[in-house]
Amino acid sequence: MALIEISNLKKYYVSGDDTVEALRGVDIAIEAGEFITIMGQSGSGKSTLLSVLGGMNHPTEGEVEMAGVKLYDLSGEKLADFRAGNLGFVFQSFHLIPYLTAMENVMLPLAIANMKGAQKRGAAKEALERVGLGNKVDRLPNQLSGGEQERVAIARAIVNSPHILLADEPTGNLDSKTSEEVMGLFRELNQTGQTVVMVTHNAENCQYADRTIQLKDGMVV
Amino acid sequence: MKLHNISINNLRRRKAKMAFLTIGLMVGIATIVTLVTLTKSMSSDIERKMDEFGANILITPQSNDLSMSYGGISLGGVTFDQREIREEDLAKITSIKNNKNISTVSPKVLGGVRVAEKDILLVGVNFDSELKMKQWWQIFGEAPKNEGEVLLGSDAAKALNVMSGDTVEIKGEKFKVAGVLDQTGSQDDALVFAPLMKAQKLLGKEGRITLVEVAALCAGCPIGDMVVQIAEKLPEAKVSAIQQVVESRLHALDQFSRFSYGVAAVVVFIGALIVFVTMMGSVNERTTEIGVFRAIGFRRSHIMRIILLEAVLVSLLAGLLGYASGMGAAKLTLPIMAEGKNAVLIWDSTVAFGSIALALVVGVLASLYPALHASKMDPTEALRAL
Repeated sequence: MALIEISNLKKYYVSGDDTVEALRGVDIAIEAGEFITIMGQSGSGKSTLLSVLGGMNHPTEGEVEMAGVKLYDLSGEKLADFRAGNLGFVFQSFHLIPYLTAMENVMLPLAIANMKGAQKRGAAKEALERVGLGNKVDRLPNQLSGGEQERVAIARAIVNSPHILLADEPTGNLDSKTSEEVMGLFRELNQTGQTVVMVTHNAENCQYADRTIQLKDGMVV
Repeated sequence: MKLHNISINNLRRRKAKMAFLTIGLMVGIATIVTLVTLTKSMSSDIERKMDEFGANILITPQSNDLSMSYGGISLGGVTFDQREIREEDLAKITSIKNNKNISTVSPKVLGGVRVAEKDILLVGVNFDSELKMKQWWQIFGEAPKNEGEVLLGSDAAKALNVMSGDTVEIKGEKFKVAGVLDQTGSQDDALVFAPLMKAQKLLGKEGRITLVEVAALCAGCPIGDMVVQIAEKLPEAKVSAIQQVVESRLHALDQFSRFSYGVAAVVVFIGALIVFVTMMGSVNERTTEIGVFRAIGFRRSHIMRIILLEAVLVSLLAGLLGYASGMGAAKLTLPIMAEGKNAVLIWDSTVAFGSIALALVVGVLASLYPALHASKMDPTEALRAL
């Protein structure tokens, strides 16, 4: 059985009399350890797909089964617990917390974990070293470059050893050289067994992935 | 890293916002502390001043006989020399449970005498306590200092045609008029005041007292209780509260307190609004941040705890600073408000703990809706990018 199974996934947004069909019956299976990129033009439904995969956007129809758990059968708070234990997010604009240092940002997912302080600090330090920022743990986000902020965001996403790392346009705000470095980092993480699902509109990023899923008008093509 | 670290770091590194929030609530708390402390201190000052305006408990002998009027107050059996209070009973008055509320005890002996062919009421008083109780008395001359001196009311002096320094003869004894009272508009104008022991001798009432006036401090005004307690100690006497005085004191204090608490309530409301608006603004500003928290698995209760903990910390600080600055303001204002240097600032631990508790209650209640609003944010909407 695949790590992620998406079947007949539909997501409609209703606004007044208008209905936007963001996803119109998507079926995808992703195996553990795969590096998947999801490509598509603006409005193709790729970001909606990622938010549904991330347990944050209830589908109109269809199912998302992840590590044997039907995501949307879980209640709101159980779904939050599932995200905390199984998913890691990397956002396009990094979304680091401005008043927390790099170390504190990385420790954020562990704030609600039942771990001792030393363990949390150890895990955060290790994650920061994996992304090459072991020497900048005490910097605030505004004291880091864009690439470094992206690395902190990646360290934050992997600190709780998630089953799946979800990334939304992680190179969207970076120059080409930094983008290559960040994509190389995702590749390295994937080579250690990390499942990665990445939404991107940059075709060059697809060369790092095992497989690319093309979306068009809310359907896989 | 725990949830409280997020709250603390947010407050530490967003100093301007934290300062605004703290000052908003602090001003409210400081105003309340100032008003409450001023009210308490001024009430105490007013009580002290009002106690100078005379007696509020009257002890007279039990009698069913015709009464004699004393400034509109009925003095049972005075005229007929019945069951008068004994001098040794005076000690019993000061042994009641509420004896701390007794400011002055002024015993009196009354009796009619004939002076220069005129019937006049002679009142034997202890001049120390009488003068303390009747501080409005203006004396031309001096208060009597020895048994050979008397004090005359203005009408009595006119009737007898004497001035301070003159001599009057009472029951064959000559007395120097030490002083004459300026017109008071009361029964005092028609009286001749002599030292208590001398008057007792002149009237043949040694060791006996006709009536006792008691000035009670009005802290909490337990006049009713005191009347009962004195009546228990002196079953032979009739103890009554001079209701007019008691009620006017209570009314004055009550009005002042009500005004202060009314102002305080408005200020608390404004403080709560400041906290509410600032917290709501802060939550809206932190939409993305809250979205991130939710995305990485924070429960709604976790978000509420972060926001409410910030409210608790800010409120606690505002409470402490508000108390300190409120007391400082009260100390500076009291001499102006109390119109005198005798008013004493009252340091009350209830006000200290109360102001901190109030800051916490107002801060947390005003933050409850913003916290709830934050916890209900849709992470997808909050992040928009997803």
